[in-house]
Amino acid sequence: MSSAPLLQVENLSKHFDVSPPYLTRLLNGAGQTWLKAVEEVSFEIPRGQTFGLVGESGCGKSTVARLVVRLYEPTGGAVRFDGIDLATLNSRSSMEPIRRRVQMIFQDPYASLNPRWRVSDIIAEPIRTHRLLEDERQIRHRIAELLTQVSLSPADGLKFPHEFSGGQRQRISIARALASNPEFLVCDEPTSALDVSVQAQILNLMKKLQRELGLTYLFISHDLAVVYHISDYVGVMYLGRMVEWAETRTLFSQPRHPYTRMLLDAIPDLHLSGRARTPVAGEVPSPINPPSGCPFHPRCPYAQERCRRELPQARSTGLGQVACHAVEEQRI
Amino acid sequence: MAETNRPLLEVRNLRVDFPTRRGTLVAVDDVSFEIREGEVLGVVGESGAGKSLTGSAIIGLLEPPGRIAGGEVHLAGRRIDHLPPEQLRRIRGKEIGMVFQDPLTSLNPLYKVGRQLVETLMTHTDLDEPAAREKAISLLAEVGIPSPEVRIDQYPHQFSGGMRQRVVIALALCVNPKLIIADEPTTALDVSIQAQIIGLLKRLCQEHGAAVMLITHDMGVIAETADRVAVMYAGRLAEIGEVREVIQKARHPYTHGLMGSIPMIGQEAEELKQIEGSMPRLTEIPNGCAFHPRCPQSQDRCRQDRPELRSQGTSQVACWLFDQADAGARSSTQPATPLEETG
Repeated sequence: MSSAPLLQVENLSKHFDVSPPYLTRLLNGAGQTWLKAVEEVSFEIPRGQTFGLVGESGCGKSTVARLVVRLYEPTGGAVRFDGIDLATLNSRSSMEPIRRRVQMIFQDPYASLNPRWRVSDIIAEPIRTHRLLEDERQIRHRIAELLTQVSLSPADGLKFPHEFSGGQRQRISIARALASNPEFLVCDEPTSALDVSVQAQILNLMKKLQRELGLTYLFISHDLAVVYHISDYVGVMYLGRMVEWAETRTLFSQPRHPYTRMLLDAIPDLHLSGRARTPVAGEVPSPINPPSGCPFHPRCPYAQERCRRELPQARSTGLGQVACHAVEEQRI
Repeated sequence: MAETNRPLLEVRNLRVDFPTRRGTLVAVDDVSFEIREGEVLGVVGESGAGKSLTGSAIIGLLEPPGRIAGGEVHLAGRRIDHLPPEQLRRIRGKEIGMVFQDPLTSLNPLYKVGRQLVETLMTHTDLDEPAAREKAISLLAEVGIPSPEVRIDQYPHQFSGGMRQRVVIALALCVNPKLIIADEPTTALDVSIQAQIIGLLKRLCQEHGAAVMLITHDMGVIAETADRVAVMYAGRLAEIGEVREVIQKARHPYTHGLMGSIPMIGQEAEELKQIEGSMPRLTEIPNGCAFHPRCPQSQDRCRQDRPELRSQGTSQVACWLFDQADAGARSSTQPATPLEETG
């Protein structure tokens, strides 16, 4: 970690306009409604490491992924990739070199591959788009190399996606993502649609590729055990905010934020230790109308008056941050 | 275990197949197990293992052209697999309750939740409407829905996913069935909600004395909930036994591989154990043991003969490694075994 982090995210926010149509608003005298999907999220990823982002559905983790690759324009804050502020790259052509260096893997290997294209064309697309190789023979050679890298056979390039199982399709997605020699992969729930035995294959493959190619990952998942296995750092999101992030071992052995503790406690116990789980009351509130103060206070066993009033600021805790009044006041 | 009475549910040599133009696909093949009263049996397996079809076959909800092609299902001593649809319908809901993965598909979006509960209660009991409504409200309260007297007049879309699943559980339990078949009841839910629903299902079934067949792909959920567990692979039972035995001393190489491939918090491993390949499609189920092409310990015999379930300790395992007659030959051919107990 001697070098500067590859990715720096600072106070990143994204608000979506979810207002009813203009005329309806006019008739009802209602204002605009905003969904604050991501609010002031900050973290950084050192080169060659993995940052895992966890949280329940609707917490904004996928929006962060899309902001990082600039599929969305942020409402506020900055994303810096290798020191370059992405907001300054406001033309298609200035963004292009970054697009080559950053690739994405999606959750659903059925939806993310064009069913009418042969696998070789799917994998060759980034090579052709970025004009990395001109000669068709070289492209074919590269495709074979990529297929081998993800443990498929070069002959599979002639097939169509429907001829493959879910796990094999995810390998194809990975081969496509690797085709442009990226440094950074954003993986949005890459194993959530897969069976456990296949998930293990994909996780092992991703770790192997990281070692061999020095890749940096932003790994998004709702599964804490998967994140524990693959990540060097873990960030926990709740209602659009990063409530805590830390080095993986630290976060799992000494979780600080009550929400992190709750999540860890909710994992079914495979060791049959007979540990009693503290059931968590309540559900995630709507991000359109989040609670005042700390967004977690209605479900938090440590909530006090201050938590209802005042939003806790993220504070550094060694190699990480936590946003909680109770932690700050050393109540927990 | 001195009880002499018959188990609540007995499934014997169940076979479900799908006749197609290109031949018959066998999706559930010779599956036998039983569930005792008040017991929770977990059924695990990866997608396509036939676990949901086994559940559907028991309650007579197979989608055509799927059909029960062999075997018997007995509920409380009565054979139910060959009953006409009209009689089966009376058993469903009254004697067997169901909870499915997606609560939206089990609830009619055009009915208020109260109407569905009241209707079910009035069909299967002799309560009149006001009494049924009263009961419905108390049921909603029992499954932990706040202000049930208001919520009863709301539509399913006004409930969150976790709350909908609570309604479905209320619906499944409303006439005190003896057996609940829960097919991936928590898969669509977030972890914190999942813990709530599992806790609820477990508590209510205990209170109502209902047995549960819990179908899931999540070993964690099984470990938390089940008394016994059945592991399915390619339409067959690989292993069945006490949950502690199966999880801690997995005998079948598939169960063993499956357990090893689950990432666990606190476990330091650069690599997860992986089972090479994937489950065969129904059209390509190999001869002999269905798992042999992926099995690290397969032998000639595994390629030719299909292993039957055999008792092994308190578990039953379908694997030639545990065939007594072969025990002598095994020790020489078997490589360093990853199994913790080889019998």
